[in-house]
Amino acid sequence: MSAHAKYAADEAIPHTVGPNAETGLYNGKFGIWLFLASEVMLFGGLFSAYVLLRSGVPACAPGVHEGACWPHGYEILSIPLATLNTVVLIFSSVAVVMAWANLKLKEFAKAKMWLWITILCSLAFLAVKSFEYGHKFELGHFPRTHNFYAVYFTLTGLHGLHVVGGLVVFLYLVTKGAKMYETEPERYTNRVECTGLYWHFVDLVWIFLFPSLYLL
Amino acid sequence: MSDSHDHDSPEAIKKSLKTYWIIFGALLVLTGTTVAAAELHFLTFHQAIALAMAIAVVKGALVALYFMHLIGEKKAIYATLTLTVVLFFVCLFVPLFTETETYGRGIRRASAESHVP
Repeated sequence: MSAHAKYAADEAIPHTVGPNAETGLYNGKFGIWLFLASEVMLFGGLFSAYVLLRSGVPACAPGVHEGACWPHGYEILSIPLATLNTVVLIFSSVAVVMAWANLKLKEFAKAKMWLWITILCSLAFLAVKSFEYGHKFELGHFPRTHNFYAVYFTLTGLHGLHVVGGLVVFLYLVTKGAKMYETEPERYTNRVECTGLYWHFVDLVWIFLFPSLYLL
Repeated sequence: MSDSHDHDSPEAIKKSLKTYWIIFGALLVLTGTTVAAAELHFLTFHQAIALAMAIAVVKGALVALYFMHLIGEKKAIYATLTLTVVLFFVCLFVPLFTETETYGRGIRRASAESHVP
């Protein structure tokens, strides 16, 4: 056993709590950062496709056939709803970091409350997004309608799936997964931290999606 | 953050609680600024892109530095992210560099050719 594996959990799975000598981090944290690096490349590729498609045609203007130009997001998407979702997601980022901070302060009840707030925020985000999607479908706007909608639904849909993924993990952490706090509080805190890092990344992606799709 | 750093002490954590709310306020102000600039339409399209992306970069940096604690992280994470950022820009710009000469011209060129007798 490594000299760094001074915690009980590290005997079963190395460095779930204590730092790995190679990285100075517990393995879960280094793992989630590597995962986020791959996520940057995934969204980077899609952003690249968006920029390429958008710059390949002129912006829509009077007299230009709408099938042969790129519309401005603010003309066909709801800025108030997207702004609301931005605020909700930013607040959820604060909520999850407050949950982690309260766990570090041994305030489990408060931490759990902040995790529930994060869950409510993610549900609110998804509700607004589904309303937006429903409205677009009612108007007959589908991914096949125009490259703009193909990009819009792909980017926001993939982002929405990430929100669903985070929601599932948060639900686990406040229900069945919360039992871990009784026996291994530090390991549980690390799980919340890793999920929080993922959640902040989801927020970060939206920070770029919002102006790119809705405001330009 | 199980390894004991100074910024992981209860005192430091209590201080950071206030910081998180300040960052939240800053993010709201920046969001409002982005929306106001876009709604007022006083900028050209290219100026609007530059402003919106600049604000998004500042907001992203605030989230990464304070909420994700990148302001005081281990070298392993900085090394991973440096490589990621380099590859991200390669991924973003290489396809564009290969298509530069056709920017905004594809449709017009096609329609011009269709009028050639």
